[in-house]
Order: sequence, then C-alpha cells, then structure tokens
Amino acid sequence: MEVIATRPESLREVPFTYCPGCTHGIAHRLIAESIDEHGLINKMAGVAPVGCSVFAYKFFNFDMAEAAHGRAPAVATGIKRARPDMHIFTYQGDGDLAAIGTAEIVHAANRGEHISVFFVNNAIYGMTGGQMAPTTLPDMKTTTSPYGRKVDDIGYPIRVCELLDTLVAPYYIERVSLLSGPDIIKAKRAVSKAIQYNKEGRGFTFIEFVSTCPTNWGMDPVKAMEWARENMLPFYKPGVFRDKGAQE
Amino acid sequence: MSKVLMKGNEAVAKAAINAGCRLYFAYPITPQSELIEYMAKMMPTVGGTFLQAESEVSAINMVYGAAGAGKRVMTTSSSPGISLKAEGMSYIAGAELPCVIINVQRGGPGLGDIQPAQGDYFQATKGGGHGDYHLIVLAPSSVQEFADMASEAFDLADKYRNPVMILADGMLGQMMEPVEFKPAVTEEEMEAMGHQHESWCIHPNQDGDLKHHHEINSLEIDPVVLEKHVNQLYEKYARIEANETRHELHNINDDNEMVVVAFGTASRIVRSAVDELNTEGRNIGLFRPITVWPYPYEELAKCIGPKVKQVYVFELNTGQMVEDVKLAVNGKVPVHFWGRVGGMVFTPEQIKEKLQACF
Repeated sequence: MEVIATRPESLREVPFTYCPGCTHGIAHRLIAESIDEHGLINKMAGVAPVGCSVFAYKFFNFDMAEAAHGRAPAVATGIKRARPDMHIFTYQGDGDLAAIGTAEIVHAANRGEHISVFFVNNAIYGMTGGQMAPTTLPDMKTTTSPYGRKVDDIGYPIRVCELLDTLVAPYYIERVSLLSGPDIIKAKRAVSKAIQYNKEGRGFTFIEFVSTCPTNWGMDPVKAMEWARENMLPFYKPGVFRDKGAQE
Repeated sequence: MSKVLMKGNEAVAKAAINAGCRLYFAYPITPQSELIEYMAKMMPTVGGTFLQAESEVSAINMVYGAAGAGKRVMTTSSSPGISLKAEGMSYIAGAELPCVIINVQRGGPGLGDIQPAQGDYFQATKGGGHGDYHLIVLAPSSVQEFADMASEAFDLADKYRNPVMILADGMLGQMMEPVEFKPAVTEEEMEAMGHQHESWCIHPNQDGDLKHHHEINSLEIDPVVLEKHVNQLYEKYARIEANETRHELHNINDDNEMVVVAFGTASRIVRSAVDELNTEGRNIGLFRPITVWPYPYEELAKCIGPKVKQVYVFELNTGQMVEDVKLAVNGKVPVHFWGRVGGMVFTPEQIKEKLQACF
C-alpha cells in the first residue's frame, strides 16, 4: 500500500493530550512539517507554554524547554543567545502570551529576537476550564465572564498582531485561520515562511492562528469552526501585517 | 598577579567573566548598578552576551533558557528584584539547571531603601519561591571573598546542577578593597565547559549523532513521579549538606566563655568588637558561616565548648539566621540576638556594649 501521508519526523510518537476536534493538533502538524521541509530538525529547539499546550515539550522530536506561564519568549531568548547556531520557536496560547506574558512578547519582538513565535488564539483559557482570555470577544460568555465580557468594565480584546505591528524590529507578522481546509493550506504557507526566515536568521517572526475550543465553548467541533468563522474572523482579520522579506 | 582596588560589584563581575560566564541577563537596580554596568561594558569585549532585560522576571527566565542550553549564565539584582526572580528560581531548581544569582541586599520590606541589609536571609536559605527546593547560598564578607565566590559558585552550580546564590549586601557591593583575581579560564577550559552538560541540555545534533530529545522541565503531572523527583532533589541536597558547608573560625578554643555568630558584612563589624574585648581579657570566639545553605550546623555545634555560657548572634535584620544558630546550639546554652534594620548598620562600639552587658 502506498503511504501518502505520515507523521512528520519532527513529531514524536506520543499521543496528543488535546480534546477531540481541537485545532492544536493541526498547528503542531503545520510547524512539524515545515521544520522537516526546511531540514532543521537537528538544529531546532522549541519552548512550550503553560496552558493546553503545556505538554508540547513531549510532542516535538528535538530538544524542548517548558517555560513558566507567559515567559516563553524570555526562555527562547536565553536559549538563542546561548546557542546562536540553533533555531528556536515558542508555542503559546492567548492567556499565556497576551495576558501574563505581555511584557515578554512585546520586548522579544521589540529586540527583533531571532525566534519564531506561534500564537494560538481561541479566545479562552482552555486548560484551566474556560475562563476569560485577553482575546475573549465582547459579550462572549466564559466561566469568569458568566454575564458576557463587558467591555466597559474589562475592556476590549487585544489584537496582538496589530499591537506588535507598531514595533520597528519584527521581520514577519501574519494572522492565519485554522477554520477551514483552504485556510489551513494558507496557514501552512505562513508557517513555512516563518521557519524559512528563522533558518535564514532574518529576525523575529510571528504567526497567530485563529483557532477554536469546542470543549470550553460548549460546541461540537464543526459548530465551533462555524462560530469562529462568523465571530472571530471579523474581529481577528487574517492577513500579512509585516513581511520585510517580501519587500527586499 | 597584583592587587587592584575595586568595588565589590565590579570585582565580582570581573571574576564571573574570568570564571567563564559568557551570558548575563539583568535589570538595573540600586545598589547593584555597577555590576550590570560593568557587564554591559565588558561582555562584548570577550564575545559574551549582555542583555538588559525588560524586567527581573524576564532576566531570570532568560537565565533558565541559557542554563537549559548548558552554558555558564548569571543574573544579579537587589532585594526587590530578587523577589521578582523567585518564580524563576523555583523553576530553575525544579528543572535542575546550573546558574549563578547574586543578591546585593538592601533594606526592606517592600521598596525599603538602598542601604545595606541582611533581611533576605530567610528568602535565600529557606525558599523564596514556591515548592520544596534549595539554592546553594554563599555569603561573602569582603570584596576579595565576593570575587573568589564567583568561580566557586559556577563550579558548585555545574557540579550539582543547581542554582547558586551569592548573598552579598549594599556595603560589599559599593565599597572598594584591594582584590586579587584568579586567572581567567583558558580557551581549552571554556571548550570543555561548553560540552559538560550535553547529556541533558539543549544543543544541536552533530552530524552522525543519534538524535536526542532533551526536556528542560519542572512539570510532572503524575504525583507518583513528582514525589520521586522531589525526593531525588532532596537526596542531592543531602549530598550538598554533607560535602559543601563552609565556615570560618576566629579565636575558637576550648576556653571560650562565649561564642558570637555573624555572617557577611555584619561579621566584620562584630569581629572588631570581639578582638577588642579579647585584648581586654575576655575569651570570645567568632563563628562565621560562609555557606548559609547548607548551614554549618555541626561545625557550629562543635564550637560550643565546655566553658561557653552563652551564644550571641548579630545580624542586619530582625533575627533570621539566629533560628539556624538555635538549631545548632540545640538548647545547650542561651542564644541572644541583636540586630539593626532599615539599612542602619551597627558599629563595633555598639556590639562591644551588647557583649559587655553579658558579663
């Protein structure tokens, strides 16, 4: 029988700990495939966050560090400065990156740190059971915004790509969606470009994945995809915010 | 090598570079500013990394990353900044990473002031961050010793894969004394150092290497596994306690009528008072712990001779190390304490007065 698809070499043979229908698996696969394609497996290291992807350090088939909540960009900075011959990425969720780790991501981006950051935005804290995230949409109900996110009280969701796009140093910033087959193909191109730029030592690269959380949204996976397309994408518009490589 | 007159902050920075430290991450805070400034100036001249982090929190996490990559790395701060690093120190201890942290202590609590103090003794020796762990903590009492401890701290960190703290204070950081430096590590030593942690650290696969998967991590979700991990940490700490206590004796003998205990800057002031009283006919011994974790309990207990009637502890805090002294003395004789706080430093005359009142 002809094998037409298999596990990327950059993923270990360890079962994922994600819920059925979760988009983390897709994001992991896109990153792993891209690392394989660019031949970087022997020089790659990643940093896992606190959140649903806390066990990502078990899944990737190269050296991995598990960071404290929000600190992945600082940890990645330390690894990259100590091992400039290696290529480093962080994998972070919205609570990790856009709430408790705001200082770390802004300053790593501002230094133009030579790392890739993969940011999974599903508008909720998944691992702790569905609390409000900095990216939770207005009026969206979560366990800590049971009456809906009231923007007069707690403010509007943070658009991280737009925020980082105000900085001079970042080399590449793109927001992609994991909410349909065609979107995933586009997302793969963006991830591959980020890894390529990382390989070439161009600078700071940032990919945001607009994602879902069927479990904590209380929806089946298909419905969650539909809901996200209708509600997330108008607020978190996919697109290239910065691509210095395309200008050169 | 001849002696040079240097501030403690600069001397320890130079000594750290001599010891092979090529990565330094920190955030400015008084009274350790000369240390970060020296590193900013000198690290680029030796091909090292100096990075002024956005916060102490980030600095210690950069240390976590660099230590996880198996390289000699250091961060420094003063009391309030050390509190911010406490989270990271717990993770570093949990993940068993070697690194050096310097605390040039100032007055607290809170923002406190910028004068010398020893109020972070509990934080340094009993935890600071969450969970069951220990730092190895060295307490210098002169600029020379401060500088010498840099290489010792890195060696201990590498030997035990454990964070090591040098617990200094604003006095040692700011004052100038003659200091002689150990020779800088050679290229060959640096090369060997660069490979010593490759059985566990983050590093690239060389051509022909078997592919490795190293995890730098303090998370163990299974309580059975976590208990085993913590117990292994404590077996390591027991080895450190058995092998690495350091202390200094001054006029300790079988005829001592009193033993005085002090560490760091405080011990220098106390020593002047003890010497004066001894010339006046008293027989007082001075015990100075150099490692404050592991604490030299047994060594101190041995100093409580047959004629010792009491023990006196002096600290620049409200009484922290005195608890360890009481553990060592174990009720054999009364243990007294006096200290000053808020950055106020006692004088030899005040110590002398306190001691004289005991006779």
